[in-house]
Amino acid sequence: MLELKNISVSAKDDDSIEIINGVNLTLEEKKIYVITGPNGGGKTSLAKAIMGIYPVSAGKISLDGKDITDKTITERAKLGIGYAFQAPPRFKGLMVRDILSIACNASNKKADEKTLFSLLADVGLCAQDYIDRELCASFSGGELKRVEIATLLARDLRVALFDEPEAGIDLWSFQKLTDTFRALHEKANMTIVIISHQERILRLADEVILICGGRVSDITTPEKILGDVNFFDEPGCFCPNCFSRKKV
Amino acid sequence: MLTNIDKKLLKEVADLHEIPQGAYNIRKNGEKHSRNTTANIDIVTKPDKPGIDIIIKPGTKNESVHIPVIMSESMEDMVYNTFEIGADSDVTIVAGCGIHNSSSKDAGHDGIHEFFVRRGAKVKYIEKHYGDGDGTGKRILNPTTVIEIEEDGIAELEMVQIKGVDNTKRDTLVKLQKNAKLIVSERLLTYQQQEATSIITVELLGEDSTAQIISRSVAQNDSKQVFHLNMRGHAECRGHIQCDSIIMHNAVVSSIPEITALDEGAQLVHEAAIGKIASEQLTKLMCMGLTELEAEETILQGFLA
Ligand SMILES: Nc1ncnc2c1ncn2[C@@H]1O[C@H](COP(=O)(O)OP(=O)(O)OP(=O)(O)O)[C@@H](O)[C@H]1O
Ligand SMILES: [Mg+2]
Repeated sequence: MLELKNISVSAKDDDSIEIINGVNLTLEEKKIYVITGPNGGGKTSLAKAIMGIYPVSAGKISLDGKDITDKTITERAKLGIGYAFQAPPRFKGLMVRDILSIACNASNKKADEKTLFSLLADVGLCAQDYIDRELCASFSGGELKRVEIATLLARDLRVALFDEPEAGIDLWSFQKLTDTFRALHEKANMTIVIISHQERILRLADEVILICGGRVSDITTPEKILGDVNFFDEPGCFCPNCFSRKKV
Repeated sequence: MLTNIDKKLLKEVADLHEIPQGAYNIRKNGEKHSRNTTANIDIVTKPDKPGIDIIIKPGTKNESVHIPVIMSESMEDMVYNTFEIGADSDVTIVAGCGIHNSSSKDAGHDGIHEFFVRRGAKVKYIEKHYGDGDGTGKRILNPTTVIEIEEDGIAELEMVQIKGVDNTKRDTLVKLQKNAKLIVSERLLTYQQQEATSIITVELLGEDSTAQIISRSVAQNDSKQVFHLNMRGHAECRGHIQCDSIIMHNAVVSSIPEITALDEGAQLVHEAAIGKIASEQLTKLMCMGLTELEAEETILQGFLA
């Protein structure tokens, strides 16, 4: 179980701007949470704060009852927190094989050919074609996202954070992607957090968390958020602090 | 006799654990150590100056020549080697120089290599430079490589300097005739006070000739690197230079691009980039449990592989 108690994150170049502002959340294991909300609302920042990439300026983060607020990225990774980037970096000179092997090693799994091939199959990439390709500029956006997702699937995690995994993934593969999340949910005792704007991903959620203006503006269900005809039609901010908007 | 130091040097520069198969010439401390020739590959000592002629018969396929130079004494060595790659042959040449210097005096090797890649021949030339030993004397390597590629010929150069060379000035000149092709891949790592300069000049003389240079380097500590990559298109031809450096600590890297088109059909591209390791790359690897130091090593190793 992951608990966020009143966490805030301030902007790197300006302490006075809080990009995450007093977020409280309790995320249980064996559940899928989908975080959604407007662009710039703070979803990625929240995930990066959980991973330790952004330090928190206030509040406490604990994993299975243990305070991890002061732990480094590496330490959190070793405790079983994983984050798949919204915009994964490219690497000159690192092959798909290399990055997946590093991911396997993080969970003390043997990175043999069979394991790596099945990981690539899980994200819909032909292993023969991709295993020895360099993760450099020649990779398309969608291909890169798939490899990024595979780096989390490779590991035994307590908390898996996927940041807009569907972005750039073609329509034909979408079903495969949602199947993969469902399978992960069935098989492992982890907390799955997916940041997404997509209806089909929202439907996977046990709970939908709405983030806006650096705050949790609502916690709801897929049925409610998708059933509300006005929800996506109304203009402006979702944030209860900005102007009053009907709650779902 | 090869000492343990010699064996280590041979392993580093030529991946050799023992005396190689096929044709070879091992030069140790400025003298011929051993040599073997085959039916298709002859190696002859030059009569007028230090060095050898390597003569590959036309049509020779899938053979290799190893010509490592190893030095375990501080001295100045200078050689002139000439490679005659016969028409329609396909061979691999593994050169390379390893210097072990444990004295306070400098040890240097200057090699002047001249290649004639005849019509339709294909040569892969691998050159590794390596230095070790705990002496304060410098390990210096200054190779000059001149290559002429005749019609339909292909030359592929792999030039690697990863460790222990204090000072290097590398000068490479390549001329390409009609439909000839050049592929250069250069890898360079410098650290401490090391200095490295690489000048590569490519003359695309013939129609449909192509050249690609990919140079990747890492400069650490107080080291200095200069790259001057120069391509000149005299005919309808294509050339591409990609020069990428990672800079760390207090190092200094200069990359001087130069492309000159002397024909309206010449297509030349030069890309050069210098920058530190991207923090996103480090972060991504740390998110998979590597420490910052391990992440850095992984990135550098991959980059220079
Ligand atoms: N390193 C940073 N320094 C300063 N501001 C930042 C930084 N990272 C994010 N921000 C700002 O914080 C706010 C939240 O950004 P974040 O990337 O978390 O949004 P998001 O909800 O993930 O948006 P999107 O849906 O577009 O991915 C934005 O206004 C952004 O400009
Ligand atoms: Mg985001």
